[in-house]
Amino acid sequence: MATTFDATKLPLEAERKPSRAAGFLNSFLLRRLLKALFTAFVVITLTFFLIRLLPSNPIELFIQELMVQYSMPYHQARDQAAALFAIDLEKPLILQYFDYLGGLMRGDLGTSILSPGTPVTSFIKRFLPWTVFSVGLALMISFTSGVILGLLMAYRRESLLDHILTVLASVLSAIPNYILGILLIIWLGVRWGVVPVAQMRGSLSPGVQPGFTLAFFQDALFHAALPIAAYVLTTVGSWMLTMKSSTISVLEEDYVTVARAKGLKESRITTAYVGRNAALPLFTLLAISIGFVVGGSVLIETIFQYQGIGYVLLQAVNRRDYVVMQGVFLIITLSVIFANFFADMLYSWLDPRIKFGATE
Amino acid sequence: MNMFTQAFASLGTTLRIMSYNKVGFAGFLMVVFIVLMSFIGPYFIPLDTVTKVDKIFQPPSAEHWFGTDHQGRDIFSQIVHGGKDVIVVAVIAGVLSTSIAVAFGTLSGFAGGRTDAFIMAITDVMLTIPQLPLLLILASLMKFENVTSLGVLLGLLNWPSLLRAVRSQALSLKERDFIEAARSLDLGTTHIVFREIVPNMMTYIIISLALAMTGAIYAQVALVLFGLVPFSGSNWGVMLSLAWVRGAIFFKDSIWYIMMPIAAIVLLQLSVVTTTRSLELVFNPRLRSGE
Repeated sequence: MATTFDATKLPLEAERKPSRAAGFLNSFLLRRLLKALFTAFVVITLTFFLIRLLPSNPIELFIQELMVQYSMPYHQARDQAAALFAIDLEKPLILQYFDYLGGLMRGDLGTSILSPGTPVTSFIKRFLPWTVFSVGLALMISFTSGVILGLLMAYRRESLLDHILTVLASVLSAIPNYILGILLIIWLGVRWGVVPVAQMRGSLSPGVQPGFTLAFFQDALFHAALPIAAYVLTTVGSWMLTMKSSTISVLEEDYVTVARAKGLKESRITTAYVGRNAALPLFTLLAISIGFVVGGSVLIETIFQYQGIGYVLLQAVNRRDYVVMQGVFLIITLSVIFANFFADMLYSWLDPRIKFGATE
Repeated sequence: MNMFTQAFASLGTTLRIMSYNKVGFAGFLMVVFIVLMSFIGPYFIPLDTVTKVDKIFQPPSAEHWFGTDHQGRDIFSQIVHGGKDVIVVAVIAGVLSTSIAVAFGTLSGFAGGRTDAFIMAITDVMLTIPQLPLLLILASLMKFENVTSLGVLLGLLNWPSLLRAVRSQALSLKERDFIEAARSLDLGTTHIVFREIVPNMMTYIIISLALAMTGAIYAQVALVLFGLVPFSGSNWGVMLSLAWVRGAIFFKDSIWYIMMPIAAIVLLQLSVVTTTRSLELVFNPRLRSGE
């Protein structure tokens, strides 16, 4: 935020256009891209050293397990661990790190310990799309309905509707998402029996082939319905409350008064003037929300037995399949980084101001 | 002696201010009740550990207020004993992450320049890494046998979003006139940060503390529920986990076993969140006139 006014920094009319283009590249998109790449690099490095350097790191644990369970001599166990993790343990640590980076570049994440011969990438190809689908759809539903309901609450302030929705939003956002999942299963599935929970397990019914068919989409939605309901119900409250307070402050802005004075249609004022501007601050929160929901997918997918990448991660953690753990954690984090970058681009498209200024 | 009477007088005033917001005060009373129940209750209500085969999964009765579990033990006594660990972890984690967030957030906002850029770079990276997966992996690599270490770990992971919020508060306070005045008087950075900036952010800090505690409750119950922290004994998370594994959801009478820890956890979360409404009034005098 500029605190002082400096005339020399104002662009001259003649060079306004090129400086805008340059400013665009310099300030926002490029900075965000660099940030995303830097974060990815840190996460990759962190994952590697977590695997290799912790006092009880997975490789040592795995070697111990092999020695105890199969009474292997240390060398043999060590060789097997090295082969599965795709790490050459004889090399110095720094070279191992470079090997690991090289493997990543080639898309080699190692091979599962418990399902021998299955590369980690094949797990990811098979299970990640379901998580992206369910989490993505849930975020969209929750964000849009939160924005609409929040707008409504701000317009009908102090009405019965506002009070009911406020209480509902506060209660819903206080309930942990996995507990809400359990409650959905108990009440909708078991006690009232309105939802066939057992048939909704998994990500697709047996026999349904993926493809652009109505049957496939219906079945995918049928299986994703409960996880999506759990994500939406636990996140929509905070969108509603944030949107409400944001709308209330926008309603007092001069440009809204001007728009009213001009006699613009109320529907246009609500959408183009109030709604759009009030929703802007919510985009900065989207980043945190994406990470939270994707992280929460580990629990939600396990509760509903929905076979996405989070389910795979918890399975791997429980069965101590360290190679899968490492690879899946990396992929989950990289998808969050990518999603954040995408949210940033969306934000800059909606609010062109941030492309040029260094405002955060 | 004088100090005590003063402390009590100011406590009375604080409580009176808190009661201006009815919902918030109700939440506060609930928090006090849960804390008293969890810390003093165990001295009066012994934990029922005897397996009674003839009393498996009984609905609430005069004898067993909340019914019985899969081994015929009293659920009410487990609820009374199960809150302590949950609260201890939440407080350790909450205080730790709030302290980190406040210390480095104010430093970042106030110092600016390279320090700010450095702290924010770390924060942004930490903020992007989904916490729960990281926590699951760390929990599987390390052994958390006691509540303190779990609380510390949760606290060490949970500060980034709070830090950002504290920093933006510090940035806006920095430009205010009274800070300018303090600077002109050459009162020193320590004085400015701890005497001028932090007191003015108190509302924010207290709310952050409450939210950090609810975050810690969320994470620790998740870890226990999915069997990644080998806690045993009475703990609401352990109860929930056992009830889930033992299929308590399937029968009308056994449902009490899973609903009771759920009710306890949700009630604690909800009352901590609503208490912030009353605490706002205490730390931000400007809000009081409205009520």
